[in-house]
Amino acid sequence: MLAFIIRRLLQAIVVMLTVALIAFTLFRFVGDPVNMMVGIETTAEERAQLRQDLGLNDAIPVQFARFVANAARLNFGNSYQFKTPVIDLIADRFPATLELAIASAIFSLLIGIPMGVYTALHRRSWLSNIFLAASLVGISLPTFLIGILLIFLFPVTLGVLPSFGRGDVVRIGFWTTGLLTASGLKALILPAITLGLFQMTLIMRLVRGEMLEVLRTDYIKFARARGLTDRAVNFGHALKNTLVPVMTIAGLQLGSIIAFALITESVFQWPGMGLLFLKAVQNVDIPIMSAYLLLVAFIFVTINLIVDILYAVVDPRIRIDARATA
Amino acid sequence: MKLKTWLLAAAFAAAALTTASAATFRFAFQGDLKSLDPYSLNETFTHGVLGNVYEGLTKRDKELKIVPGLAERWEIIEPTRWRFYLRKGVKFQNGEDFTADDVVFSAERSFKPASDIKTRIQPAGTKAVKVDDHTVDFILPSPNPILHYEWDTWYIMSKKWAEANGSVEPQPQAGQQMSYAALHANGTGPFIITEHQAGVKTVFKPNPNWWGKPEHNLDEVIFTTISNDATRVAALLSGDVDFADPIPLQDVDRVNASSNAHVLQGPELRTIFLGFDQYRDELKSSNVKGKNPFKDVRVRKAFYLAIDENAIADKVMRKAAVPSALMISPLLFPLAKDFTRPKTDPNEAKKLLAEAGYPNGFEVTMDCPNDRYVNDEAICQAVTAMLARIGVKVNLLAQPKAKYFAKILVSGGYDSSFYLLGWTPGSFDSWNVLANMYRCRDEKGAGGNNNVGNYCNPKMEDMIKQILVENDAAKRDQLIKTAYQLGQEQDWGYVPLHQQALAWGASKKMKIVQRADNQILFYWFRKE
Repeated sequence: MLAFIIRRLLQAIVVMLTVALIAFTLFRFVGDPVNMMVGIETTAEERAQLRQDLGLNDAIPVQFARFVANAARLNFGNSYQFKTPVIDLIADRFPATLELAIASAIFSLLIGIPMGVYTALHRRSWLSNIFLAASLVGISLPTFLIGILLIFLFPVTLGVLPSFGRGDVVRIGFWTTGLLTASGLKALILPAITLGLFQMTLIMRLVRGEMLEVLRTDYIKFARARGLTDRAVNFGHALKNTLVPVMTIAGLQLGSIIAFALITESVFQWPGMGLLFLKAVQNVDIPIMSAYLLLVAFIFVTINLIVDILYAVVDPRIRIDARATA
Repeated sequence: MKLKTWLLAAAFAAAALTTASAATFRFAFQGDLKSLDPYSLNETFTHGVLGNVYEGLTKRDKELKIVPGLAERWEIIEPTRWRFYLRKGVKFQNGEDFTADDVVFSAERSFKPASDIKTRIQPAGTKAVKVDDHTVDFILPSPNPILHYEWDTWYIMSKKWAEANGSVEPQPQAGQQMSYAALHANGTGPFIITEHQAGVKTVFKPNPNWWGKPEHNLDEVIFTTISNDATRVAALLSGDVDFADPIPLQDVDRVNASSNAHVLQGPELRTIFLGFDQYRDELKSSNVKGKNPFKDVRVRKAFYLAIDENAIADKVMRKAAVPSALMISPLLFPLAKDFTRPKTDPNEAKKLLAEAGYPNGFEVTMDCPNDRYVNDEAICQAVTAMLARIGVKVNLLAQPKAKYFAKILVSGGYDSSFYLLGWTPGSFDSWNVLANMYRCRDEKGAGGNNNVGNYCNPKMEDMIKQILVENDAAKRDQLIKTAYQLGQEQDWGYVPLHQQALAWGASKKMKIVQRADNQILFYWFRKE
């Protein structure tokens, strides 16, 4: 078992290094950071000096080695625009992203599960058909369009809910939260719906499929034969057994919500990590870009690592297979 | 359930506490306010916003005329010695008195290596010398009639405050951390910055001890960045912000049709133009081998005559642009009216091309930004189509500004054969245009370092040198006119296109003063 975990850990490190290398190589082609840092009238000598100071004149392998060595010690350097350690900037923006991600996950579960259950129980009702048709829209419309449509509908046309930003925030230690103010809660609604819509559809369809499957099984038939109420059968037995795979997927999806919140954050000017990253791309702020990509890779690698280990704990055959092929 | 009730209760409690003040002015801009240190970045937006907090010795009024600021008056004692008499009784926002020491300190600070505004005090080597507590002399190595032209954004900082907070040096661009002065401000101006989260939000409050008489009626100003165009427009329409800059041209009608907001359009100082590589012996991106067609004045003139700027202003810019005959806005040069754009004439253009030896035209790559100027890529597409009419095949390479400038400026080795660029003279004066666009440069950028195509004419060099030191205004204007005649009508060095319009979106409750240099000076704004 230990050997298996170590092997998995080594693989994870290789993945992280690969991501770092790809990220690092890509950023050579984003543009010249120096141009974005100075005014246009800055002289050539000053620009050259700045390149020197930033270490941009060193050989690429040297820069990469330095980058990896620093990153291993959680030092991602300083943002070119903000002159602040990138790790501080990300820590500063992380609460906004996490709150948004969790709110949208809750939204997608609270709406998606009941809709899935309903469409499974009432397969032929007109409401089910509407839900299913609407969910197709949710899957096929791009996120930014949904966001813009919501902004147009609620803040602009109806004059309710704010169109951008995070509202007033309260600082508790290192954590800033918008959950404790009225404007913060209001500001959370539209971005959370925008970000959660896709997940909601996914969960609804997943619940519906699982539920239909469970409803066909023998123990449900026996339960009905024993004369249990519909309510007890549907929710006590069927739904409970449906939720296991749903929870697995929902947990996995949380990672991708955090990672891909950047479109939503950009549409709503939500001051989270995704927005930070997008602006870093525009301003060629390489330290922010690389740190963000590494962080996202880290989230995915960690989740996968945990899942792999859990599977191996549950199913010994995986361990044996891994040993056989290694 | 319990948690929800608790949260709701907390929300209501918080809502009761945050009662909105009557005249809060909220404004959104597409970019960030990156640093509060007024010497660290030479950028219009930063300088404009900081102009509400800091002040210079001189100011510019609503029509861009130079008026007294922290200096009550000034005189030129000798051509190389200017004397400034400082306003008395002015206090910095932390309560310290403003004196000549602060001016001398600020001048020295502007020349530090990390300063991005070294050109504010020209020529290099100028010294500020204290005469008494409220008089300062500037001693110049050679005369400069426009010494104070850029001084409304050369802000005076407090010597004691900077020294006490370790900010004697400006925030270095390659710095390891933000200095105190980059995160805090201490000016003499009408507003105080009370909260600043770089990249997110900045809050301003009126300065009760300001020496001037406030024209605004604002109690609080909140700045937020909204980079997404659609969101910025929506925030204005929904009333979440009172002011948004810029409004994309395609949204102007929609904003004007709304009940609570409108768009203020006005001429901007920036001139959008096309430039040619007139330096290399063979163009880097053309099918013409062994020679450079742009070295031939007939080819440059043919390009000029082929491009229908009126059509660009009408269709691409939706009438929000003024066609320009010069590389400078007519607002900034009194004799600009003596210049007119020649009529578009594709037949004449074809003839010129044939005379130059290109009866069937040629092929060239055009570099163009796609996120820097208003509709920049669309302008380039229109130009491409117009040049096709005279047989020139233009391969358009439009890219984000980060890539574009990396290619065409000095760091990319001026790698462009044909390009679109915009220029605003920081000093609001022709010398800046001539020095940046018409002075010869070398590969390392010495000389006219933004002269990407390296227009170069020894006669022009002489004129530029004369203009720099000519103190007589009328004579100077004539010299500038001759220089423009040479550069434009004889050498056809550039194709000036237009001055784009500012497009500020404002709530109808706001009374806004729009200055042509695009600085957001809310100390003139009022809210009803």
